[in-house]
Amino acid sequence: MTVTETAPTPGAGLRAAARIVAAPDGRGGTALPVLEGAGPFALRRPRSYGHEARVALVGAMSAPLGGDRLALTADVGAGAALCFTTTAATIALPGRTGAPATYDTRLTVGDGGSLRWLPEPLISARGSDLRQSTRADLAATACLVLREEQVLGRAGETTGRLTTRLTVRRAGRPLLDQELAYGPGAPGGWDGGAVLGGHRAAGQLVVVHPGFEGSPVAPRVLGPLAALAPLAGPGAVVSVVAPDALALRRLLDSALSQLNAVIRAF
Amino acid sequence: MSTLSAALLVLADGRFPAGGHAHSGGAEAAVKAGRITDGASLESFCRGRLHTAGLTAAGLAAAAAAGLDPLGLDAAADARTPSPALRAAARRLGRQLTRAARAAWPSPDLDALAAARPRGAHQPVVLGLVARAAGLGPLAAAYAAAYEAVSGPATAVVRLLSLDPFEATAVLARLAPEMDDVAARAAEAALRAFDEGLDALPAGSAPLLDITAEQHAAWPVRLFAT
Amino acid sequence: MHLDHPDTYPHRHTYSAPTRPDGTRRALRIGLGGPVGSGKTATVAALCRTLRDELSIAVVTNDIYTREDAEFLLREAVLPPERITAVETGACPHTAIRDDISANLEAVEDLEEATGPLDLVLVESGGDNLTATFSKGLVDAQIFVIDVAGGDDIPRKGGPGVTTADLLVVNKTDLAPYVGVDLAGMARDAKAQRGELPVAFTSLAAEDGVAPVRDWVRERLAAWTATAP
Repeated sequence: MTVTETAPTPGAGLRAAARIVAAPDGRGGTALPVLEGAGPFALRRPRSYGHEARVALVGAMSAPLGGDRLALTADVGAGAALCFTTTAATIALPGRTGAPATYDTRLTVGDGGSLRWLPEPLISARGSDLRQSTRADLAATACLVLREEQVLGRAGETTGRLTTRLTVRRAGRPLLDQELAYGPGAPGGWDGGAVLGGHRAAGQLVVVHPGFEGSPVAPRVLGPLAALAPLAGPGAVVSVVAPDALALRRLLDSALSQLNAVIRAF
Repeated sequence: MSTLSAALLVLADGRFPAGGHAHSGGAEAAVKAGRITDGASLESFCRGRLHTAGLTAAGLAAAAAAGLDPLGLDAAADARTPSPALRAAARRLGRQLTRAARAAWPSPDLDALAAARPRGAHQPVVLGLVARAAGLGPLAAAYAAAYEAVSGPATAVVRLLSLDPFEATAVLARLAPEMDDVAARAAEAALRAFDEGLDALPAGSAPLLDITAEQHAAWPVRLFAT
Repeated sequence: MHLDHPDTYPHRHTYSAPTRPDGTRRALRIGLGGPVGSGKTATVAALCRTLRDELSIAVVTNDIYTREDAEFLLREAVLPPERITAVETGACPHTAIRDDISANLEAVEDLEEATGPLDLVLVESGGDNLTATFSKGLVDAQIFVIDVAGGDDIPRKGGPGVTTADLLVVNKTDLAPYVGVDLAGMARDAKAQRGELPVAFTSLAAEDGVAPVRDWVRERLAAWTATAP
């Protein structure tokens, strides 16, 4: 099957896709019948523990550059379990043409399936322009743990332009839908007191589990710039704004271990 | 659709008795955190709110005014409101608006939504239906939502900081061209949503508004409901 | 009281109808307004204590700071906590009781829904100035509470609260000798401003000091239940 195409058209940027399919291996574990990617997508299989298969994305080249069009797909079949990580931050960089890059991630999880999607942060470098979208379609009894982090500018650098939309649907109904837009050229006020308040890192942790149906988490303030909130459905979201990537990760990690404990108790 | 009608002035009037006066749109929390201290920081706050929560509300209102299914829009509003405090406030305000609108512009659509969501539907969805009942189109509904997104915080900050009311009004005036833009984008998205589904509606989100709404809801003493 | 007036705005009854959805009569709603410190919350507390055994009562407070008056009533345990609701007023209590009554109507109806049929709902305004009055869309009758320590010229000065309230309460009469107030003069001034509308002089510090207000509330309630739903 064709999973990767590279379009070397001058100035048009790179087109690249990667695809992961996870399915029960029939022995209580999870197999990866499809694990394909090229260009910037080099996928590795670290040793898996127990039921869950693991995939790590190794950054094989600088991407996305302006004009690039990247697509990443993961399908977790019914009863399968997958954990996805990246070995390094993804850095959006300016391209030659000034055209925006796109990076679209499509995730599906079947009934009884579990996906932990825990990439390293996305860093928006000065002069870059990236439109990112992540969409997760979950079956009614699927489980999802998804982290997204946006870091505006490398150390000491101003930010590029970043638009990112995160959509989570469960059993065909919308559970979470939010779009963030930062940086030069973004609609005004993104750095003001309603949106980022001068901070340079933001992150979301989404946890969906059928166990929340009967016992939703209680809203909890996790600090002056962080909150845990139940969604209008069997899920929870942690929203964090932080001065930098390190502080952001510290808060998200702490929230993640709290929520992991909740899930394990279901 | 671009019909000019005085009904919009009635609907968008800050004195329209639908509960808005008790909400600061996150401004009370922002004032306490020192993120709003004067006219300039109020403007930046309002601008950010307009292009995020305001655009999202305007899209939902425009879609409801255009005749999309209000219950589907209500679910879309839930997904676009990660903060439970803000979901609860939006439903309470939706119920208050329904009450006022059923006196001002009685409509079977409003009655049906009130029956389906007795605890209140999301306010922007109700606002769109009210606009429709008042003979207004999607663009007018989007205008009402966009204006509300910034007029609430501006009025609240006049009370919270004793900010010069002329300055607060000047902030709103300076934001007018951006409100035009937001309303137009929202109305355009509402029309696209007919063909492409509700995902075509804006989902602009402001992390600090969502985070501080939860903190504010836990304050033992506050002036505003949100 | 508006029940005696011709029904100019019949649609009001659609939204604050005298009957509940099941056809039974809703609770009588009485508003209590007046300047800061005149004893509104103390009057509400005293009314609850003296009437709670014979009537099913709930209270809605409209504070400047959201929960202060409600907290006082809770601390005093005049009613079970589920019968006391605080409405946020965005720093403008008079707006919430007069210009935009939607949050108060929600609160009143939620109380009836949550606690079952009620006989009486007391809606207390946050301390405000002399111009604050309740909308007739919110309450069926209103009490304006002033006190002798606030100065004996308040009845003479008038204002919508003093002039038009269904009952004017002049509280803290026990303080009159200490602040040099002429109660008879206050009564004359009130009469001049209010005509036949009643005035009650109270001292809540005294045994059964709220009796004149309680008796007036009982009369209103009798009149309310006498009208067909």
